[in-house]
Amino acid sequence: MTTAPQTARATGAAPTTGATTRAIVTGSAHPRRVGSKNRREQLVSWAFLAPFMIAFVLFLVWPIIHGIYLSFTDQSLTGTGGGFVGVANYVEALSDPTMWRSMGNTLWFTVLSTVPLVLVALVMAVLVDRGIPGQWLWRLSFFMPFLLASTVISQIWVWIFNPQIGAANNILKAFGMEPIAWLQNADTNMYAIVIATVWWTVGFNFLLYLAALQNIPAQQYEAASLDGAGPWRQLWSITIPQLGPATVLIVMLQVLASLKLFDQAYQMLNGVSSDTTRSIVQYMYEAGFVGYRFGFSAAISYIFFALIVIIGVAQALVVSRRRNLR
Amino acid sequence: MTVTATRSIAVPAAKEKAHPRKPGDRPFGPLRIAAFAVLLLMAIGWLLPFLWAVATAFKTENDAASGSPTWIGESGPTADAFTAILSQGNVWLWAWNSLATSVAITAITLAISALAAYAFSRLDFRGRKWLFAVVIAGIVVPPQALIIPLFYQMLAFNLVDTYWGLILPQVVVPAMVFILKQFFDGVPIELEDAARVDGAGRFRIFWSIVLPLSRPILAAVAIFVFIGAWNNFLWPFLVINDTTLMTLPVGLQTVISAYGVQYAQVMAQAVLAALPLIAVFLVFQKQIVKGVATTGFGGQ
Repeated sequence: MTTAPQTARATGAAPTTGATTRAIVTGSAHPRRVGSKNRREQLVSWAFLAPFMIAFVLFLVWPIIHGIYLSFTDQSLTGTGGGFVGVANYVEALSDPTMWRSMGNTLWFTVLSTVPLVLVALVMAVLVDRGIPGQWLWRLSFFMPFLLASTVISQIWVWIFNPQIGAANNILKAFGMEPIAWLQNADTNMYAIVIATVWWTVGFNFLLYLAALQNIPAQQYEAASLDGAGPWRQLWSITIPQLGPATVLIVMLQVLASLKLFDQAYQMLNGVSSDTTRSIVQYMYEAGFVGYRFGFSAAISYIFFALIVIIGVAQALVVSRRRNLR
Repeated sequence: MTVTATRSIAVPAAKEKAHPRKPGDRPFGPLRIAAFAVLLLMAIGWLLPFLWAVATAFKTENDAASGSPTWIGESGPTADAFTAILSQGNVWLWAWNSLATSVAITAITLAISALAAYAFSRLDFRGRKWLFAVVIAGIVVPPQALIIPLFYQMLAFNLVDTYWGLILPQVVVPAMVFILKQFFDGVPIELEDAARVDGAGRFRIFWSIVLPLSRPILAAVAIFVFIGAWNNFLWPFLVINDTTLMTLPVGLQTVISAYGVQYAQVMAQAVLAALPLIAVFLVFQKQIVKGVATTGFGGQ
């Protein structure tokens, strides 16, 4: 009995999972004993699970464990080193101003991007939900950028923010303002990245809000309408409060997504490392693949991982506490 | 029992929910006109960067670099930038690499996730609860945090600079198992019991009853995995150094510095890389919108 899972794992690992499973199960025409049925169910279960679980262990569980080990060594990308150095990498990372700067940039980007990514999406969804003609056009315009690769996004926005010929400065000039070297200037490059990111990803939140809006029962509006509530009143007293749970979900997903900033920031600056835009993922990449220090980079990975977990748990706690208070 | 006969019971014909006009909205009230105006402005704002990129891709390099904000350059529209890009041999190769690896990632992810999700949803085995909890915990792991050990692993398996090195680490997506399990939980168990009485085995039931009923969710999952794989940048960027094995996003990124100031060509590249996904969106618009709405997951 105890060996059943292992046996099944072995058979399930074969490329002919389907045939194996069927062969095992077709015996079920016979009158079943409880024990044999149970045993068969175990075998079948493991045949179903094996392909995913093997990949899960190989490419998720094992890297997590191995990464922790690496973070305690001075392993380099070039294969040298690998000796155990204890917590030295963590000590170094936590006393490294660049690490803290990258962490700060990441958090600043998360704040700067989450606010418009939630508010703009809300405005878009509320307006589209009013049944204004041209649904496909609104959905296409707002959501299409989300499907584009970060490379495409970066190329378009680098060109828009080009100091000499870019559209952004053409607009500034039209308003009589001085042109700005958006991406080259340390005071503005983060804002340029935020603008590009909002344009790129707002469509996803927009669709989530739109789905939430369509779940609000029409009767509520009808009842409010009978009571003489106008559109504004309905918006504030029905729509916005009913969107509470959706807003919580969208903010949580957005914060966790924004903390993973890398692609567009790296590519819009063409790989140049800027102290004002370097994210924690970018620092991890630079330490490991530019500086060749795998061990140090792995330590930063786990500091990043911890940040994600802490913020995720904090969000979950705030949400559950608010629910309890209600 | 036939699956077709019961399909309408299990999954009511999906109705595209109309956007009902909220009571209190007069057809041409001032608020509706204002809302329309705001929407139109926003839509223009969102389309403009892309349309501007398309317009520039059709300019000559001189017109593109002149910086005058006109839609059509002085020399008139030309497809020179596109021919220049497409004759640059590697673009087709990169597009093929992107397509081949994205299809492989989608197929493998879908197959292994669906099988596991079915086991978690329907099969009774020891340790089911805690094993599922472990898989679900995997959702919070940011893939970016694993690049170092994964790269090390690919080095050890000799998979750096290979298709498999690109594909394998991308097929483990615990969120897909969760989403598929949620859906399988909702499939009426009576359908399966009937088949079981007829002597069908578990795999048979999974293959000919559960999967056909799950087409909408399978399509949504497939589309999202595909888009995510097609657009992924960080992992392909790290694991592939051989120019002939690069995916489109990575390949394009590497030649940007080479094209640097050739704005029309850079924009032509961007437009070409975007076209397949715009086509996917136009064809699968309903599934994509529904997929986001019901599952709340996506790429980036």
